[in-house]
Amino acid sequence: MAAKTKQSASLDRKKLMADPIMVTTIVVLITLLTLFILYPLAILLVDSFVGDGSFSLSVFQRIFQISSFKRAITNTLKVGFVVGILSSLIGLLFAYVEVYVRMPKFTGGLFKVVSMLPVVSPPFVLSLSMIMLFGKAGIITRFLLHIYDNSVYGYWGIVIVQTLTFFPVCYMMLKGLLKNIDPSLEEAARDMGAGRLKVFTSVTLPLMLPGLGNAFLVTFIESIADFANPMIIGGSYDTLATTIYLQITGAYDKPGAAAMAVVLLCITLLMFAVQKYYLEAKTAATLTGKASRARMMIEDKSVRVPLTVLCTLVAVFVIMMYICVPIGACFPTWGYKFFPLTGKWFTQVFTRYKGFKAFKDSFMLSLIAAPITALLSMIISYLVVKRNFKGKGFIEAVSMLAMAVPGTVLGVGYIRGFSGGLFHTGILQGLYGTGAILIIVFIVRSLPTGTRSGISALRQIDKSIEESAYDMGADSFKVFMTVTLPLIKDSFLSGLVTAFVRSITAISAIILLVTPSYLLITVQINEFAEKGAYSLACAFATILILITYGAVLLMNLFMKYFGTSRKMKED
Amino acid sequence: MSNKVLIKDAVKKYGNFTALNGVSLDIAEGEFFTLLGPSGCGKTTLLRMIAGFNSIEGGEFYFGDKLINKVPAHKRDIGMVFQNYAIFPHLTVEDNVAYGLKARKVPKADIDRRVKDSLELVQIAHLAKRKPNELSGGQQQRVALARAFVIEPSVLLMDEPLSNLDAKLRVQMRSVIKKLQRRLGITTIYVTHDQEEALAISDRIAVMKDGHIMQVGTPNEIYAKPQNPFVAGFIGVSNFLDCEIDSAGITSIKDELKIKVPLRRAYSGKAKLSARPEQLFFSREGMPGEILFSTFLGDFIEYEVKLNDGQELIINEYTKDTTEVHADGEKVHISFDPNRISLYTADTEEVLSC
Repeated sequence: MAAKTKQSASLDRKKLMADPIMVTTIVVLITLLTLFILYPLAILLVDSFVGDGSFSLSVFQRIFQISSFKRAITNTLKVGFVVGILSSLIGLLFAYVEVYVRMPKFTGGLFKVVSMLPVVSPPFVLSLSMIMLFGKAGIITRFLLHIYDNSVYGYWGIVIVQTLTFFPVCYMMLKGLLKNIDPSLEEAARDMGAGRLKVFTSVTLPLMLPGLGNAFLVTFIESIADFANPMIIGGSYDTLATTIYLQITGAYDKPGAAAMAVVLLCITLLMFAVQKYYLEAKTAATLTGKASRARMMIEDKSVRVPLTVLCTLVAVFVIMMYICVPIGACFPTWGYKFFPLTGKWFTQVFTRYKGFKAFKDSFMLSLIAAPITALLSMIISYLVVKRNFKGKGFIEAVSMLAMAVPGTVLGVGYIRGFSGGLFHTGILQGLYGTGAILIIVFIVRSLPTGTRSGISALRQIDKSIEESAYDMGADSFKVFMTVTLPLIKDSFLSGLVTAFVRSITAISAIILLVTPSYLLITVQINEFAEKGAYSLACAFATILILITYGAVLLMNLFMKYFGTSRKMKED
Repeated sequence: MSNKVLIKDAVKKYGNFTALNGVSLDIAEGEFFTLLGPSGCGKTTLLRMIAGFNSIEGGEFYFGDKLINKVPAHKRDIGMVFQNYAIFPHLTVEDNVAYGLKARKVPKADIDRRVKDSLELVQIAHLAKRKPNELSGGQQQRVALARAFVIEPSVLLMDEPLSNLDAKLRVQMRSVIKKLQRRLGITTIYVTHDQEEALAISDRIAVMKDGHIMQVGTPNEIYAKPQNPFVAGFIGVSNFLDCEIDSAGITSIKDELKIKVPLRRAYSGKAKLSARPEQLFFSREGMPGEILFSTFLGDFIEYEVKLNDGQELIINEYTKDTTEVHADGEKVHISFDPNRISLYTADTEEVLSC
């Protein structure tokens, strides 16, 4: 057995070496991943542990004496924990209603849309509308309820906004798991005498527990990595991401920021490791089965009515938040004069605030980054799923690692790693401050999601299909372009659009690296929101929302007419 | 406690499609009753209506004297064995079996004793602490059985419980189920599309097609006296021959064989005859034909015979009755015992033979 594996390994190696394109690709990939993901993180460690040429903990000693930093750690963990729990619960509610409960078509569709809305929306949007609806001068708090001293800034503001932003992620994860529960398990429980509630607590919930833990940790990581929302609605309630940003832009303390970034990175990496290696395996172990037959949807009023009321409340809230943004962009003078609605802010975006340049820059950079990201993630997933070679583990681990790295940490890493050239030697220094480095950050930030969906798409393709192409004389490049890629066209396309949307809405890493020669929409929104120019921020945000939804719509249309997968699945 | 089950005019509709069209059944206490039919005949639909998972669009369902139409599934006091077993993956074997007892709030000491007893009954007591993913298919099947009958349900329902097992295990589990059911005396309703399984396991069988019941009877009745051509064709192998009955009650087949078959009522006109391969035999007189092909199967020989008009029949001859093997191409005459074949009217397929 051992001899056989050894033999097949050496055979794999020989096959690989006979394929120069493959070898080149692998070498280039490893170089890129090392340079743009590992190196910036490594330099953070080096910077924070090495002072004056020797190993020391002095930087850490210094930052742990800053009380605002210690407070930021507690704040971040507290927010992350609560947001994780609330998002998982709301996600579970929406997923359960969709998979288990018979709903009128309209209501069901509405809930589905509401739970998907935040997925493609830019950051800040919810923070902006939260301030405009419930803040001191909020439309609801001040002008409807006549409360004059309501503050949304701080802990609760962040918690509410982040929960609404991240619960869709939980919803999608949990929906997939709930669909995989075999309905006959619940039927078995029922005919042995368990009522609906008992079935839920004794069968459905225990089966979902690892999945819920998984959803919790994923949102926890998202929450502590989030920069945009705490920035706008946090007020004086600082989280790690905002503290690091301020340490650089306010205190000009780059080594200190690097050390803080290391602390943040350690927290997310730990969570990520637990999620990836412990919970994901557990989820897979309890839910291996496929549903054997369609589920009988619950029609009991005692279940439907309360769940519908709960979902409707959340839905109304979410919809209100989203409607607030375009309307907020039309108020003549925010907080003072609301009518008649005007289009002047949209005009001013372009006439006074260089809107054209902002949209052009954001659009161009994202448009360049998206196809590169999509192609890279397909190549990586192809190598990981279909090929065997030394360094495969490295490629997979590093591209997944990027998922656990908060944008702010990456931003600081790039500042430390590239502003003075590689290892502060001046090599590659020209990269810093260019559009290229922004594009690279866009790519690195979107690579993990693309790679993950690529891997799952490729796992469904039988190896023998490609092997038969090799047999007929195609080399690996030709096989990838003519066989593999067409088969995962849909996945590639959605990877492309996801990368575009993620790039054009990115802020956390970018805000640390952008130079005045580039104007980015998200940075503009942040600036105007900071200044309190909410109508302008809303105008920018509205156009950004239109762009992202337009991109998603375009993708869906394109897939409908040119997609192959659907037809193949039906066969 | 065990109950009889009475179903009156059950109707099930999915939109415009009628899955069950007025099905009535009377299942005795302690009986092993099987719903048999091809896929899409409504057997599983009916079982799930009895279980309470499907709504009832029409008709009345009784357990004993109690109308259960409006009783929710978890209060019907049933045990069910699913096609894929539906063992809870997060519970151990004993917790799986104890689930229904806990739901019924049985005292702890009783639960332990009954779980132990029932695991012993299906011979998996040594696996009590295992998790389901450590069990083989046959062992999971035994857990599902123990879990269903440990609650001593008034009715035990089984939905193709053997179809996921391999052939050998299927035969073995078949007799385990049958013996267990005899011993416990629980009224059992069993769904299968496998006619051999149904014949082997059941006290009585209802053969279903397109939402109707085609025949209810003991395995022997169903096999020997099929009440319509569908049952004759679905259970076992049957040869069908067109024939004509004259006013004197003489049945003539292709003008080549005239024979008097006892009829249950006076009838003359076109008819359809069905005969099992072992109900046909070679004789001096009868329908002339030619042997096309023979297969020697040990205890019997199967012949394919071509009649003069081109129709092909299958005829079995048992080696205990004859030593002679007919050669391919040999000219033969075929006849049958008029008391053992079945006759149906050609148009309404009503049974005519006694």
